[in-house]
Amino acid sequence: MPDPILTTTNLQKSFGALKATDSVSLDLRQGEIHAIIGPNGAGKSTLIDLISGRTQPDAGSVTLLGQDVTHAGTAARARAGLGRTFQISALAMEDTVLQNAVLGAMGASGKPWRFWRPALWDADLRMRAEEALRRVGLADDAGKRCAELSHGQRRQLEVAVALTLSPHAFIMDEPMAGLGAEGSRLLTGFLDSLRSEAPILLVEHDMDAVFALADRISVLVYGRVIATGTAAEIRASREVRDAYLGEDA
Amino acid sequence: MIPERHLNIAVLMLFFAVPAWALIMDEPFTITLATRAAILALAATGLNIALGLGGLVSLGHAIFFGIGGYAMGVLAFHAQTYTPMQLGGFEIAGTKSMPVIWLVALVASGIAAVLVGLLSLRTSGVYFIMITLAFGQMFYYFAISWRAYGGEDGLSIYVRNDFPGLNTLDPIQFFGLCATLLCLALLVFWRLARSPFGLALGAARQVPQRVETVGLDPVRLKLVAFVLSGMMTGLAGALFADLNRFVSPTMFSWQFSGELIVLVILGGVGRLMGPLIGAGLFVTLEHVLGDITDFWHVILGAILLVIVLFARGGVVGLFCGKARPDA
Ligand SMILES: Nc1ncnc2c1ncn2[C@@H]1O[C@H](COP(=O)(O)OP(=O)(O)O)[C@@H](O)[C@H]1O
Ligand SMILES: [Mg+2]
Repeated sequence: MPDPILTTTNLQKSFGALKATDSVSLDLRQGEIHAIIGPNGAGKSTLIDLISGRTQPDAGSVTLLGQDVTHAGTAARARAGLGRTFQISALAMEDTVLQNAVLGAMGASGKPWRFWRPALWDADLRMRAEEALRRVGLADDAGKRCAELSHGQRRQLEVAVALTLSPHAFIMDEPMAGLGAEGSRLLTGFLDSLRSEAPILLVEHDMDAVFALADRISVLVYGRVIATGTAAEIRASREVRDAYLGEDA
Repeated sequence: MIPERHLNIAVLMLFFAVPAWALIMDEPFTITLATRAAILALAATGLNIALGLGGLVSLGHAIFFGIGGYAMGVLAFHAQTYTPMQLGGFEIAGTKSMPVIWLVALVASGIAAVLVGLLSLRTSGVYFIMITLAFGQMFYYFAISWRAYGGEDGLSIYVRNDFPGLNTLDPIQFFGLCATLLCLALLVFWRLARSPFGLALGAARQVPQRVETVGLDPVRLKLVAFVLSGMMTGLAGALFADLNRFVSPTMFSWQFSGELIVLVILGGVGRLMGPLIGAGLFVTLEHVLGDITDFWHVILGAILLVIVLFARGGVVGLFCGKARPDA
């Protein structure tokens, strides 16, 4: 089996007495969607913050493409090939949709140190940005101010900005949140095709999407991974049912 | 609402029309007022890079204004007394050449901005305001105790410095020089705001975590903005000293830092012509109201209050609404 793209080993993070992340070891392999599920407050967002570099772990390590990035900052990890999306959209609201996407393209090219020629005149940046917008279905809204977008469109733009980075791994925190049935269905289809470009670590509440998409599922409860397996295995697991899925799952 | 471009053109035309009219009417004092507005606008355009584009509320920009002023004062002082500076065994002659003075002002305020920025940008919000204020006070008291250059009394320079091919003592020629530098600064601001750097800086102001997740360092972006900003304000300081032929520690005062912020807010934060509109209004009010009452600052304060409460975007916002991000 080839080396995983991303690995966490015994990650630990406490907030005061609360163990938000408790010995989490998992990996993300080429071509897969690995879903993380768990009840609210289980530590999913914290885990994503640890992986993306927004939070430093108390112990444990994060390896990206064979490189130990545990002590690298968020920006360095992004440059190393990590593309994350936020649970709560983090977009430049005053800027246009296109400008937000161009920002991503600029980060990917690592060249913000140009002070004279307008960013939107750069054909290369624009092409990357417009391509990403087209793929998530925002091509027609490129000129809109981000603040004018609907909630669902903001979620789409979150994904588009990550796309502009052409990352080696996607880390997505509840991309379907608040999308509605139709939006979720569309995004599910899109993520399905995206996994061949780069694997996706997917935190998601929408169980239909998770079971439709995930190659593997890890269940997080009180900061600990209580089970990892295929959709069928997780569905069948007694422990998972008791802890999380309930009777109807 | 009128397009911002139209307002900008109108403001620039008015800015040049006033001194032209004053020249015809032989009113040199009005030309001097216009020059004062141009220099304050240059200083405030500098601040507008940090404050408007980068969201950095610096209550220490008088540092750079003062450094620019003292760069002029010290160099011209040594030139007019024919005594070279003693710098660690080297002797450096003073100069009356404006281009040389400007260069020194730009470099010195740039270095100061790197140091102040590196330390201040470790904080944000109110702490950033406080730490820049504290640095400002340090420079202020240093200037007061710097006996060699006049201490509290400041330094008088008897003759305005030289610019090749111009008679700088002629008010309209000196106005032309200052106005040209202001227009260059406005051009720089305009291009900067739309450049890749400006786009990233604007995002760093709004959502720093986003900037990081695309692989850029928001603090480094803000530092570069702070340095560019400080240099522009420093250049204005050198011109201001030349306008008055006088430098004193008040150029370093926190009140001046506050006034710069007021100018920018009055005109419109982050808007191209905000600083010029703010400076024009400020100088006009100061002159008109200052003649009528000693309490003109109170009236200015009231106007500012109205602007902040009812027109969040300053004068530009009042006429043109919100900025078009990609205009
Ligand atoms: N910065 C923080 N400081 C203190 N507690 C936090 C912090 N971030 C998260 N927590 C706590 O850690 C737990 C896990 O939160 P989170 O990772 O957001 O869970 P999830 O995303 O699974 O809903 C929660 O109990 C939350 O209150
Ligand atoms: Mg969460």
